[in-house]
Amino acid sequence: MHSKTQSQSVYPVTPDEGAAAEAILAVIVDNEPGVLSRVVGMISARGYNIESLTVAETDVEKHTSRITVVTNGTPAKIEQIKAQLGRLVPVRRVIDVTAETEALERELALVKVVSSGDQRVEAMRLADIFRARALDATQTSFVFEVTGTREKINAFIELMKPLGLTETSRTGVLSIRRGVESD
Amino acid sequence: MTGQVLQDKKATKTVLTEKKPGAELLLDALEEQGVEVIFGYPGGAVLPIYDAIFKRNTIRHVMVRHEQGAVHAAEGYARSTGKVGVVLVTSGPGATNAVTGLADALLDSIPVVCITGQVARALIGTDAFQECDTIGITRSCTKHNYLVESPQKLPTLVHEAFHIARNGRPGPVLIDIPKDVQFEEAHYTPRDEARKRNCIVLPEIRDTQIETAVDLMRQARRPVFYTGGGVINAGPVASETLRALARDTGFPVTSTLMGLGAFPASDPQWLGMLGMHGSVEANSVMHDCDVMIAIGARFDDRITGRLDAFSPNSRKIHIDIDRSSINKNVRIDLGIVGDAGAIMEALLAEWRKREAQEKSDRDRIRAWWTQIGKWRATKSFCYDASDQFIKPQYAIERLYQLTRDKDVYVTTEVGQHQMWAAQYFHFDDPNRWMTSGGLGTMGYGLPAALGVQAAHPDALVIDIAGDASVQMTMQEMSTAVQHDLPIKIFIVNNAYLGMVRQWQELLHGGRYSHSYSDSLPDFVKLAEAYGGVGLRATKPQELDAKIEEMISVNKPVLFDCVVTQEENVFPMIPSGAAHNEMLLGGTVTGDEISDAGKALV
Repeated sequence: MHSKTQSQSVYPVTPDEGAAAEAILAVIVDNEPGVLSRVVGMISARGYNIESLTVAETDVEKHTSRITVVTNGTPAKIEQIKAQLGRLVPVRRVIDVTAETEALERELALVKVVSSGDQRVEAMRLADIFRARALDATQTSFVFEVTGTREKINAFIELMKPLGLTETSRTGVLSIRRGVESD
Repeated sequence: MTGQVLQDKKATKTVLTEKKPGAELLLDALEEQGVEVIFGYPGGAVLPIYDAIFKRNTIRHVMVRHEQGAVHAAEGYARSTGKVGVVLVTSGPGATNAVTGLADALLDSIPVVCITGQVARALIGTDAFQECDTIGITRSCTKHNYLVESPQKLPTLVHEAFHIARNGRPGPVLIDIPKDVQFEEAHYTPRDEARKRNCIVLPEIRDTQIETAVDLMRQARRPVFYTGGGVINAGPVASETLRALARDTGFPVTSTLMGLGAFPASDPQWLGMLGMHGSVEANSVMHDCDVMIAIGARFDDRITGRLDAFSPNSRKIHIDIDRSSINKNVRIDLGIVGDAGAIMEALLAEWRKREAQEKSDRDRIRAWWTQIGKWRATKSFCYDASDQFIKPQYAIERLYQLTRDKDVYVTTEVGQHQMWAAQYFHFDDPNRWMTSGGLGTMGYGLPAALGVQAAHPDALVIDIAGDASVQMTMQEMSTAVQHDLPIKIFIVNNAYLGMVRQWQELLHGGRYSHSYSDSLPDFVKLAEAYGGVGLRATKPQELDAKIEEMISVNKPVLFDCVVTQEENVFPMIPSGAAHNEMLLGGTVTGDEISDAGKALV
């Protein structure tokens, strides 16, 4: 019934086409009451994903905070998220860290491992390889601090699972642009 | 030297202003913003503000009968004047009742500032009497909102709220003021000294974009201007520019429900409204065009129908003040962010410059106009006339004809009557047509008419209503009588929730589940009970005289226009269908909507 005609548009993709990919967005906001709710509320109300979110005041003089959101979607969806974030009054800038800049990405995790004997020795050895620091130790447990990309932290957690991992706490992703320029 | 003088002046100014309670500071700020009228309802948490209003008597206050009505009235005021509408309501239920109006103003981009009272700062979070989390509740239905932490900040926030409400894409802004802030004293901050956050930044118009757009337009063989509420919001000058642009290019013009009046309906280049209940010519043009110039319109689902079949062969230029509108629903080839008026002016200047250099070939769009003539010949707004009963379409046609020489403003409720009003009542000027487009709020039209009438005391303000919608905010009749707002409520009474019934007929096998308006009140007696005037017409022969009577009465009127019950709105693009698959009147069997379409609403 519906013959699908070839579009003559120079952008032949419809909005949902294109592979979904992950994006890290840095959102610079005025640090005022409720600003985090605005950002989070908009994202959830419009059905976008949040994989991680971190926030803290970063410029005390200008009273601005930096919110780092890890989300995923098609290129069109990411563009839409950026535009919607840009509409919020306290939002100063939105930077698509993954697409627009060559950026560094770091996350910190605290990992509790409860084990003894060989497993305990193996956990310590692997922690060394990952440059994880033991922040707390008892006869039967360690709390490790590990920093790195999400991949590195995921790998560390996977390795710790059979070695008695009982709890993890992660900061979510932080990012910053490489080089002399700043956002 | 001058700098020194200025500085001194500023210093004296600050010293001279005496301290005042927050409530007085609020009114000072509203006065400086040029507020003439407030629509509101008093309550515990705003008593100091009402006391200040009582004492100074500089701003007119229209007391409504429900806070939803206050916001709709402010919307009507804003849409008919281009100014910011102002609402004042109390905490708790006052604020929650206003939510529907705020959501309506947000979706239709109407500038409104809503002031709510809040419990005293020390009580916030204690579940105090009439406390609710107004900021939390209204966060997603306002453009921005504030909880005022101190009277020092109050004037600045009010100025910023007006700035945000009226600039960029307009919208509602809410200011929540705790009761103790209304009492506490502080110095006033004048408008020009108030902080203005750089929150509304429009990019410069880029010449290359304008040139590219004009390139596309000059090559177009099947062009169309698709305009929306953004043109109205850009001010009357933008409507003038649109007319000039259409005249110079010779392109056809269609508009969304929100944009009616920006381009004159009497113009030969006018195609009528597009969308779900738009004209055959408008929707066919949208489907078959090769260059679409969308101006201040947002490709809403009622416009596009089936997205993957929406205007498949066109290059799309989208001019919008909101960057997030571009590429949201439909892939755009050239997106231009900015004020519709300014960009149309740039387009017009570039077009004229290029035409002066080398005339474009007018013949290239001649075949297009021939085709448009064929579509027009389907006369898609035809209906079966009757001399026994009043057809709803006939009622609107007569209402239009009999008010043509009047200074007339029209508001509507939501449903079948709204679509008939859009189809059969024609507008030649912007700001004359107030309807709830985005949110589709039944009960919008009556209070909105109050706001329009408050702004234009001598104009003829008609709320084209349905028998179901009008009952949602009927109590505002009382407001109309109290404040001498002689609005005319023209009820197209088919004793049904007409649009619901139409969909049940098309989608649900004619099972009219709860869509019959049983136990309707006697609208004539009801009008009289309120102290207004009630009129009723049941036969086509008496309609004209009754309408004339309605116009001549200088009081609020409830006009019960009893029409045929089973009339449907046509043409119609069924859910899940494309623009070139419209249903016309008299051709409907009930199998037109696919199962997938049924889910789309």
